[in-house]
Amino acid sequence: MTIFTEAEAKAILDKVIALSSADECTAVLSGGNSGNIRFALNNVSTSGTVDDVDLVVSVAFGKRVGTATINEFDDASLERVVRRAEDLARLAPENPEFMPAIGKQSYAATATHSAATAAITPEYRAQVAASSIAPCREAGLVAAGFLEDSRSFTAIANSNGNFGYQTATSADYTCTVRTEDGRGSGWVGRNVTDISQFDAGRDIAVAIRKARESADARALEPGKYTVILEPHAAAGLISFMMYFFDARQADEGRSFLSKKGGGNKLGEQVYDPRVSIWADPADPDVPVLPWDDEGLARKRMPVIQDGKVANLLYSRYWAQQQGREPVAAPGNLIMAGGTKSTADLVRETERGILVTRTWYIRMVDPQTVLLTGLTRDGTFYIENGQIRYPIKNFRFNESPVIMLNNIDELGKPVRVSGDESRFAMMIPPMRLRDFTFTSLSDAV
Amino acid sequence: MQRRDFLALSGLGIGSLALPSWLGKAVAAEQLVTTLDVAIKKQLADAALQAARSSGASYCDVRIGRYLRQFVMTREDKVQNVVNTESTGVGIRVIADGAWGFAATNGLTTDAVAEAARRATAIAKANARVQAEPVQLAPAPAYGEVSWRTPIKRNAMEVPLKDKVDLLLSVNAAALNAGASFVNSTLFLVNEQKYFASTDGSYIDQDVHRIWAPMTVTAVDKDSGKFRTRDGLSAPMGLGYEYLDGDPAQKFVSPNGVVNYGHSYDMVEDAVAAAKQAQEKLKAPSVKPGRYDLVLDPSHTWLTIHESVGHPLELDRVLGYEANYAGTSFATLDKRESGFRYGSDQVTIFADKTQPGSLGAVGYDDEGVKCKRWDLIRDGILVDYQTIRDQAHILGKTESDGCCYADSWSSVQFQRMANVSLAPGKSKLSVADMIKDVENGIYIIGDGSFSIDQQRYNAQFGGQLFYEIKNGAITGMIEDVAYQIRTPEFWNACVAVCDESDYRLGGSFFDGKGQPGQVSAVSHGSSTARFNGINVINTARSLG
Repeated sequence: MTIFTEAEAKAILDKVIALSSADECTAVLSGGNSGNIRFALNNVSTSGTVDDVDLVVSVAFGKRVGTATINEFDDASLERVVRRAEDLARLAPENPEFMPAIGKQSYAATATHSAATAAITPEYRAQVAASSIAPCREAGLVAAGFLEDSRSFTAIANSNGNFGYQTATSADYTCTVRTEDGRGSGWVGRNVTDISQFDAGRDIAVAIRKARESADARALEPGKYTVILEPHAAAGLISFMMYFFDARQADEGRSFLSKKGGGNKLGEQVYDPRVSIWADPADPDVPVLPWDDEGLARKRMPVIQDGKVANLLYSRYWAQQQGREPVAAPGNLIMAGGTKSTADLVRETERGILVTRTWYIRMVDPQTVLLTGLTRDGTFYIENGQIRYPIKNFRFNESPVIMLNNIDELGKPVRVSGDESRFAMMIPPMRLRDFTFTSLSDAV
Repeated sequence: MQRRDFLALSGLGIGSLALPSWLGKAVAAEQLVTTLDVAIKKQLADAALQAARSSGASYCDVRIGRYLRQFVMTREDKVQNVVNTESTGVGIRVIADGAWGFAATNGLTTDAVAEAARRATAIAKANARVQAEPVQLAPAPAYGEVSWRTPIKRNAMEVPLKDKVDLLLSVNAAALNAGASFVNSTLFLVNEQKYFASTDGSYIDQDVHRIWAPMTVTAVDKDSGKFRTRDGLSAPMGLGYEYLDGDPAQKFVSPNGVVNYGHSYDMVEDAVAAAKQAQEKLKAPSVKPGRYDLVLDPSHTWLTIHESVGHPLELDRVLGYEANYAGTSFATLDKRESGFRYGSDQVTIFADKTQPGSLGAVGYDDEGVKCKRWDLIRDGILVDYQTIRDQAHILGKTESDGCCYADSWSSVQFQRMANVSLAPGKSKLSVADMIKDVENGIYIIGDGSFSIDQQRYNAQFGGQLFYEIKNGAITGMIEDVAYQIRTPEFWNACVAVCDESDYRLGGSFFDGKGQPGQVSAVSHGSSTARFNGINVINTARSLG
């Protein structure tokens, strides 16, 4: 069994807390099952499932902390893991930045669990692969894709009486469709909590269309262009920037949010006034657990409000040093937008470039959050409101800070998950002026 | 693809209980020096093999893995976190009805592994219904009961934690004394205890060790609001704690006095240099964009080799198996047939899973194939790829290259990059002599920003230290440098490689690939090399 009920989890955590004689004790019990199927060249390549459950016990004597884990839950095992954590704590060096365990929190349950996703079987996964592959085979195209789903629970407790329990599910599907001659490539991605919102047959049509339409791309000169970034394309840059909203780094003078002469840019206008980004664990489109990795209760929190920096992320230690309230780390990012779809934005574009997806985004200069990366799987030239022809992929060197000051229009946000992001996100398609492409890529 | 996971690790410093899943579980330090009994592992493996056969599998391999890691993280005068993790379990892969199936369990009982083997077989049978071509495995010899261990002198897991903490805090103090504003230093230690058994008749017990000692030194000028960092010039290595002895014989001093390191690292000395150079970077002039001859130190070149040669010559990418994530490759099979000129005559690039001190060195890969060395590019011509058992037949090979790896017992093994290295030049050539001939160039030391497209044509690289070369002499430090390449043009612009006395390894602890994503550790060796007429851009921007 890898999913414990709330009562089962609480019984184990209560025993752990009672067993500890340390000044304080925090425990996290989590586990679940994940399954996946991978296909390429119109064939299933790998597929499997993994089960795991794990109890982490952390105790403190003064400012000395010890942590131990175990995956057996009988009384003797629980006793063993608590004693081991205590032994480690006694040997540990004092942590001058030690923060005592959090107090009792109030968690409002969020809708992170779907019975339909929890019930996914190997046969269902194989069917998703088949539904993706069959239309590609018929069309003389080549599909490569991946479906991963999980069902899990997390329970947390500490010696201050805090307790939380929640279950969650997720499913993430991506598929790349290429022409047999390798001259065209399209892609689609879908991330859901509830698998019943997913239809492989519907999504694969998007990747098929882009694969066909992207063949025989023409080369445009690198330079500054008006671009429409589809939500996935924008998400990679925006979520990357969010890793650098740490208050301490800004206060220490080593962030784009540091101020000349000292201090940080909290409250300052850094972006176009149309930019608002917030985190909200209860958002119905991208629900996440109502606590962060330390157990702090997540609340709706503006990060950027009307272009101003509304919140920086204060760790509990740094908040105490600066006389501020600590902030729970966000699990999702929701960006405000309008009502228009990507297609609507294209129709209203005189000249520009449509970007399906951005890829291999890396920091070039943290001083300005200058990022580099490439376009991929469908890049098109737009003229007079119509997609005129596919173009070769570009490398960009652009800062999301500069990009979010060059907004022409924002469309309707959609749920996306980034290639390398830990955030669940709602990101709008966006038309931006003067986006900087620095070289051409021959890659398809 | 080099992962950004290292970024996420900095979050471990704040007392979080949630570890990235690939780290496994936190354990007590004393557990890091123990091993599982081989007889018990064989008993478990035999139970799984038997259950797989009985449930209809035609092939089965079992990997019993115990993955131990220790991370010691510090900043300035503080230990931020000490994390000991252990992840133990069993991964079982089978072929049934011509398709692969995989299941994993953390249950170390014969019942649990037998059940997982049956589950893997059921998954394989479900997959077989949509499988057009049955899996073809290249033969692998039955090695019987064998073992292999990384040839380390001192097991880092046995070094007392206090010694490690003392070392890092002395490194930090040295950097701060030399004028650094901030310093983060870390030790990452890995021990993979892997037991492999298959229905082919091999029982392979391996004990693999790796070490990495990264640091970042930051200089801040609060008045101007400018900050610059200089990362350590160490390399992650397949060595024990002896790597940190600071053996003077393993120092490589550049013509302008920058100290680089081979198989031994002096972390305190490098911290002092990093502090001085980070401050120098604050004032260094910005590069004028244009074409330059680049002189690339091995501490830099490893990453360019990794991205523009290592990945595009992975056969699974070439064939399209990674099309949905990491991508495909420009180096298609027809290019091997036609003798494609990948680089100049100076460029010979070889794969080697046996290289001492390298991250990828093992006796046998994760599907029981003995490791070896082979050429990928010979005198500039593409001659081969890297492959594993179920794809070797596509190249007409009768055996695998031994490139199969899984980052955990719970991950499916697949093709991962071997150590891929640029062979040293055959003629005697020092770095000083190489620089003497450069009229308008940039000397780059250390790896920095990196990005490459999904077919490995267009790449952009930064670095740690950039020095302008004018008329054969290094004139001084410059900043805001990145170069952009098209892979074959770049390697064809290679006009010289220093001799073997300058040969060193660089590498990555966190090379990402696959879905679900897996990391692997891999080294890349080279001597200092020169590339003519490369496009350099200026990366400075203003946020107003």
